[in-house]
Amino acid sequence: MTPLFALVRKELRLYFNSPIAYIFLTVFLALSSWFFFRGFFLVGQADLRGFFGFLPWIFLFLIPALTMRLWAEERRQGTIETLLTSSLSLRQVVLGKFVASFSFLLIALAASFTLPISIHFIGSLDWGVVLAGYVGALLLGASYISFGLFVSALTSNQIVAFISSVIVLFLLFILGQSIVTFALPGFIVPFFEFFSLGSHYDAIIRGVIDTRDVLYYLSFSALFLYFNYLAINAQK
Amino acid sequence: MISVKALQKNYGSFPALKDISFDVSSGEVLGLLGPNGAGKTTTMRILTGFLGASAGTVLVDGHAVADQPEVVQALIGYLPEQAPLYPDLSVHEHLDFAAEVHGITGAKKEKAIRTACEQTGLTERLYFAISELSKGYRQRVGLAQALIHDPKILILDEPTTGLDPNQILEIRELITELGEKKTVILSTHIMQEVEAVCDRVIVINEGKIVAEGAPGDLAADTQRATHQYRVTVQGAVGAVTEFLKKIKGVERVEKIPGSPRGTATALVYASSDIRTVLTKKLASSFDLLELSTEKASMEDVFASLTK
Repeated sequence: MTPLFALVRKELRLYFNSPIAYIFLTVFLALSSWFFFRGFFLVGQADLRGFFGFLPWIFLFLIPALTMRLWAEERRQGTIETLLTSSLSLRQVVLGKFVASFSFLLIALAASFTLPISIHFIGSLDWGVVLAGYVGALLLGASYISFGLFVSALTSNQIVAFISSVIVLFLLFILGQSIVTFALPGFIVPFFEFFSLGSHYDAIIRGVIDTRDVLYYLSFSALFLYFNYLAINAQK
Repeated sequence: MISVKALQKNYGSFPALKDISFDVSSGEVLGLLGPNGAGKTTTMRILTGFLGASAGTVLVDGHAVADQPEVVQALIGYLPEQAPLYPDLSVHEHLDFAAEVHGITGAKKEKAIRTACEQTGLTERLYFAISELSKGYRQRVGLAQALIHDPKILILDEPTTGLDPNQILEIRELITELGEKKTVILSTHIMQEVEAVCDRVIVINEGKIVAEGAPGDLAADTQRATHQYRVTVQGAVGAVTEFLKKIKGVERVEKIPGSPRGTATALVYASSDIRTVLTKKLASSFDLLELSTEKASMEDVFASLTK
């Protein structure tokens, strides 16, 4: 376990030794709080729906920024050679990088926990829905991370990794929304909804944690981590 | 220690390595010499398990790299051509990571970091960010990283490229020192480096081994095939070169500038050993100041082998 843990720690150090971590946290907290409080006092309801509703859009830009360097930089700096010739197996390296980004996401979401706590003192907050929202955010975040990681494995250019991740994640997210599905023949719509990153998230943040939705995100993450493994393995 | 058999590697349809075989015994310092693009880096990457071979086998200490990469990688310390470093980490953080990735922890880890830093002269830079270090120091961090788990084998890909002359000498000394205890394979396209540090050299060109032997032997072989003499006489350069060109067996005469006033120096390339003829003829027409055999340099060896 030590080598895997060492890799996770190194990735987190690289985030926090550079401005990335601080920019990410600041932008994340400022944007999410602003979007949230903008409508909060107008609506006058003690819930976090506004916050969770905007999270996918904030994630859409911030998570690819987190994952874009993970492989691209290793390749550009040549550190990929020592990484892959260390005692870590490729499987462990892929997993370690995912765990590191996911831990960073956990830190960011933990920092946003001040929102429900403050609202708890203003009105009666349904903690069940809030916790479901956080579960949904983590699952969605994990899917974005594994996809971003996969895209980063395909290039040695961070910007290319960033832009392509944003575009494809955006398409996958809106796939099931009515703006896409209204023009489609009726029998295809359920497929689009099923494969969309967005529709499962909408169900979870309403407070309903369905195993199918959870399984969807877990298998999405696992699939792209596996693709990531294949992509790096094919380059050897 | 290392046994490479019939190694081949194709990048698409391009054959980077065509049938490379060699053995390295324990404690040897082996130089891989060749022009850029000859296949040195590819060979090293296959030895370390970073790349898979298209055909052929590599055995390290009895283990096949393809089957047991982890076992082999634990035995090898590897420094790629571009020192693989994270600029955002400090030297200590970087070596800490390198040690833990090899499963070294706790007090042993601190000891390993200290030893590697002492060996490479990094102790005073331990808490500098790598982005603040000069190229020479970065190369040392790369070397310290390769040494961190005290490997039996060191594989160094062009360890002195981009360094200034003093740094080059320091790194070479360090390699010689390490070579006393470890098996070292290093690649280079600099001849002096081979002469300075290697016990044996393999010359690779276009993916094939074109020569193999001790650096001195290779030079001697080339010496036998080439006949070059340096001639210095009293007189004008033009007259001397014209005179030399008429001697039987002389293929080419090169003027060498910079000889003292009133004397002329030329380099004579001959097809056979013409020393006796040359001495007699020159002595009869000029005041002969110097006639010597020009030693074949590693550059000549290299040029004649990779032509």
